[in-house]
Amino acid sequence: MKKILSILPLLVAVIGLHILTSATDTMYYLTQMTMSAYYSLLIIGLCALMGYAGQISIGHAGFFAIGGYISAALTTRSLIPYQDSFLVKLFDSAGFLFVGQDIYGDSLLVFTPWAACGIAVLTAALIAVAIGIPVLKLKGHYLAMATLGFGIIVYRIALATEYFGEADGISEVPAFVLLPGLSVSGSFGDRVQNYYIAWGLLLIGMLLLLNLMDSRVGRALRGIHGSDEAADAMGVNTARFKLQTFVLSAVFAAIAGVFLTHYNGGIGPSEAGVMKSVRYVAIVAVGGMANLWGTLLMGIVLNFFSLRGSFGSYDDAVFGLILILIMLFAPNGILSINIRSCLRLLPGRNKADREGEV
Amino acid sequence: MALLELKQLHKRFGGLHAVNDVSFRVEPGQIKAVIGPNGAGKTTLFNMISGTFPATSGSVFFQGKDLKGKKPFQVASLGMARTFQNIKMFNGMTALENVMVGRHVRSHAGFLASMFRMPWTWKEERDIREKSMELLALLEIEEHAHTDAVSLAFGQQRAVELARALALEPSLLLLDEPAAGLNIYETAEVGRLITKIRDLGITVLLVEHDMSLVMDISDEIVVLCFGEKIAEDVPATIQQDPEVIKIYLGEE
Amino acid sequence: MTLELSIQYLMAGITYGSIYAIVAIGFNIIYNTTGIINFAQGEFVMFGGMIAITLLNFMPLPLAIFLAVAITMLIGALIEICFIRWLKSPSVMRMVTITIGISILCREVAIHIWGESIRSLPYFFGNAISSVPVLGARISPQVLWVVGASALMMVCLGIFFKTTAVGREMRACASNRKAAVLCGINTQNMVTLSFVLSAGMGALAGCVMSPITYSQYDMGTGLAIKGFTVAILGGLGSSGGAVAAGLLLGIIEAFSVSVVPLAFQDAISIAILLAILFVRPQGLFGSKEATGLKEF
Repeated sequence: MKKILSILPLLVAVIGLHILTSATDTMYYLTQMTMSAYYSLLIIGLCALMGYAGQISIGHAGFFAIGGYISAALTTRSLIPYQDSFLVKLFDSAGFLFVGQDIYGDSLLVFTPWAACGIAVLTAALIAVAIGIPVLKLKGHYLAMATLGFGIIVYRIALATEYFGEADGISEVPAFVLLPGLSVSGSFGDRVQNYYIAWGLLLIGMLLLLNLMDSRVGRALRGIHGSDEAADAMGVNTARFKLQTFVLSAVFAAIAGVFLTHYNGGIGPSEAGVMKSVRYVAIVAVGGMANLWGTLLMGIVLNFFSLRGSFGSYDDAVFGLILILIMLFAPNGILSINIRSCLRLLPGRNKADREGEV
Repeated sequence: MALLELKQLHKRFGGLHAVNDVSFRVEPGQIKAVIGPNGAGKTTLFNMISGTFPATSGSVFFQGKDLKGKKPFQVASLGMARTFQNIKMFNGMTALENVMVGRHVRSHAGFLASMFRMPWTWKEERDIREKSMELLALLEIEEHAHTDAVSLAFGQQRAVELARALALEPSLLLLDEPAAGLNIYETAEVGRLITKIRDLGITVLLVEHDMSLVMDISDEIVVLCFGEKIAEDVPATIQQDPEVIKIYLGEE
Repeated sequence: MTLELSIQYLMAGITYGSIYAIVAIGFNIIYNTTGIINFAQGEFVMFGGMIAITLLNFMPLPLAIFLAVAITMLIGALIEICFIRWLKSPSVMRMVTITIGISILCREVAIHIWGESIRSLPYFFGNAISSVPVLGARISPQVLWVVGASALMMVCLGIFFKTTAVGREMRACASNRKAAVLCGINTQNMVTLSFVLSAGMGALAGCVMSPITYSQYDMGTGLAIKGFTVAILGGLGSSGGAVAAGLLLGIIEAFSVSVVPLAFQDAISIAILLAILFVRPQGLFGSKEATGLKEF
C-alpha cells in the first residue's frame, strides 16, 4: 500500500503533463513522452539488473529488438504460403491467427498482436535463460564482453535476415488492439490514449520493481551486490537470483520493444545496435545505478531530449560523454552530486567551510 | 552423534600443503576454538567447512550428512551460519535490513510473489522484521536498526554480523576471528555475546588469535600448526602442553 | 575444396589472424599493467587507418603511416592521462563503463571528421589484382605486408620487454604492482606507456590492413570483440598464446566462409568467444589456478 502511495506523485505528474500540454497547445510533446516511457521501461529493468543484482549488460538493446522484431514479423509476414502446414493449422485452431489485409488490399494470414506479443516476450525470456545460465557465471570484463557479443549477434541477424527486412527493418506493423477501443498505434487520434498506455505500463513496471526491491528477494539481491560472499553464506542462491533478475530485465526490454514497435508502426536494425545498449547503460549510471527513481527520471529526461533531436548529430556522442563523466566524477549518479561539496571546490570557500567543521 | 565431524581433511594449493590430515569433532552445545599461528591453515579449514572451496581429500560431516560438493548457500540452508574475519556488511543497507537477509533460508517468498506482493507474503515479511528486531535487541544494538550498516562503529558492525548469522537460526555458528580489530573492552564484550549465543543452544566453532578470549570462553581447543593438528584438549590442559607453548605461545 | 583454394583460405586466415593477434596483444599490454580491459582497443586500429588515409593527401605513404602511428600513440597517452591515471582503485564495473564510453567517444569523433564512408589506403606494392605465388596459390602482396608487420611488431615487443630497462620495469609492474612501486618504479608512467604501446601497435595494424579490409569509423567494436576473444582464447595476459589463438581464430573464420554466409561471420567469432568463456575462461593455454588469482 505504501508503495502504491509512493508512485502517486508520478501519476499526478503524468496527468498534469497531459493537462499542461493541452492547455499550452503543445500536445506534440506527448509523442516523445510516450516513446520515452517505453525506453524507460527497459531502462528500469536494466537498473534492477545492474544496480541491484550488480550484473552489467551491454546487450539489452538485443532483447528490445527480439521483442520488437518478432512481434513485427509475426503480425506482418503472411502465413498463407504455409497455411497447410501442421504448425500453422495448430496456431490457427488456437485462435492465434487472423486474416487481414495489407495496404494493397491483398489478404494476409498473420498472428494477432496479442499472440505475437506473447510469443515475442516468451522468446526473449527463453533466450535470456539460455544465455544467462552460462553468462552470469562470469564477472566484470568477461560479462561485459559476453553481453556485448550477444547484442552484436542480434544486430547482425536483424541486418542479414530477409525475414527481418535486412537494413530496412519491418514497416507497416499494425496497431496492437489491447481492448476494444484501446490500441497501441501511432495514429494521430490515439495520441492521448497511447500516452496513458505507455505511462500506465511504466508505472506498473515501476511498482513491481519497487515491490521486489523491498522484499525477501530484493534484500537478497542487494545483499549480493553488497557482498557476494556474505550473501552466499546467508544461504542466498546467488546464481539463481542473478538469473531471475536477468530474465526479468529481458522481459521488460522485450515488452518495451513490442509496444514501441506497434506504436511506431515499424522497427529497424538500429534499435539493436551497440550504441543503444550503451545508451541504456549510461542512463542507468547517470540515474545512480541502485536508484530506481533516479534512473526513471533520467530515462525520461534524456530520452525525451534525444527524441526531440536536442543533441543533433552529437546524439550518440552525448551519451558516451555522459557515461564517462558520470563514471569519473559521480559514480553514484547525478542525483548524488552534493551542491555544497561542489561549492566547496570553489576557491575561497575552502577555508570557511573547514573552520565551520571544526 | 557429533554435530560436526572433520575426517582426515587435506587441502593443497599447488605445492603448498595448507591443511594436512586434520580430524576433530564438535559436540552439540560446545564452544570449540581453533587456534594457531598465522598461516596455520585456520581460515582455509573454515572455508572448507562452509563450502567456499572443496577439500583436496577427506570429508566434513554436518549433522551426519556429508557436505561433499555442497555450495556455501546449500551448507547455510542446512543450518550452518558464519561470520567473516574482515566484516562483510551489505553496504547500502541498514543494520536491520542486513539482519533481515539472514532470515533468507527461513522464509519462502519467491520472485513473482515478491513482485506482486501476494497476501501470504505479508505475514512472512512482518515475521522477518520482528525476528530481526529481536535479534538486534539481543545483541544490544536495536537503537542502530535504521542506521546504514557500514557507517556503524567496528564493534557494532560485528554485532550486526552476529545478529545476521543468528537470524539464520543456525545449529552451528562459525566465527572467523570475531575479536579481530577490536580493543580489549570490545573483545570482552564479544566474549560475553558468544557465551550468550551458546546459552541459546547454538554450538559455536571459532577461529581466534586472541588467547585471552579463547581461554576464557572455549570448552575445547584445537591447535593447528603449519596445517597439522598438534593438540586438542580443554583450555587448562592446552595451556600446560609444552609443545603448544613452544610452537604457539613462544618462550614468554 | 581444392588444395589451392585451401591455401587461399589459409592465407586469408593468417592475415586476419595476425591482425587479431595484434589487437589481443594490445589488450594484454594494458591488462598486464592495469588489470583493465580497454574496450577502446579497436578504436586505436581505426584511428591508425583513418589518420594515415587523411595524411596521404599531403605526404608519401611511409611518412603518412609513421605519423599516423605517432598521432595514435599520442591519443593513447591522452586517453590514459585524462581518464584513467587519477582514478584510485576503481571498481571493475566503473572501468568497463569508462572505457566503453571512451570507445563511443572515439567513434563519434571519427564520424564527425571522416563521415560514414568506407575508405582505404592504397596497396603498398602493386594493386588489388597483383599477386605473388605462394605454394601454388596466388596471394596479394599486401598479405605479406600484414603478416610481416605483425611478426616484426611481436619480435620488437619481445626484445623490448626482455632486454630494455623500461621493458623490464613494465614486466615488474605487471607481475606485482606494489612491489614495483617499492622498487622505485614509477608505475603511473608505466601505465601511460602501456597505453602508448598498445595504441601504436593497433595503429600500425590499422594501416597495413587498410588496403585489404578497408577502414570505417565503426570498425573498432567488431575488432575489439575479436581481439578480446583471441586474448581470452590464448589466456589473458599471454602474448604467445595470443598469437596462436589469433591465427586459430583467423583460420577458423576464413574456412567458415565456405559454410556460413558472410554476414554471419562476426557471429561465428562471438559464438566462439561465448563458448570459450563458458567452457574454459582461463583460455586454451592458461592454467585454471592462475586465473583464479586474477580479479575480474
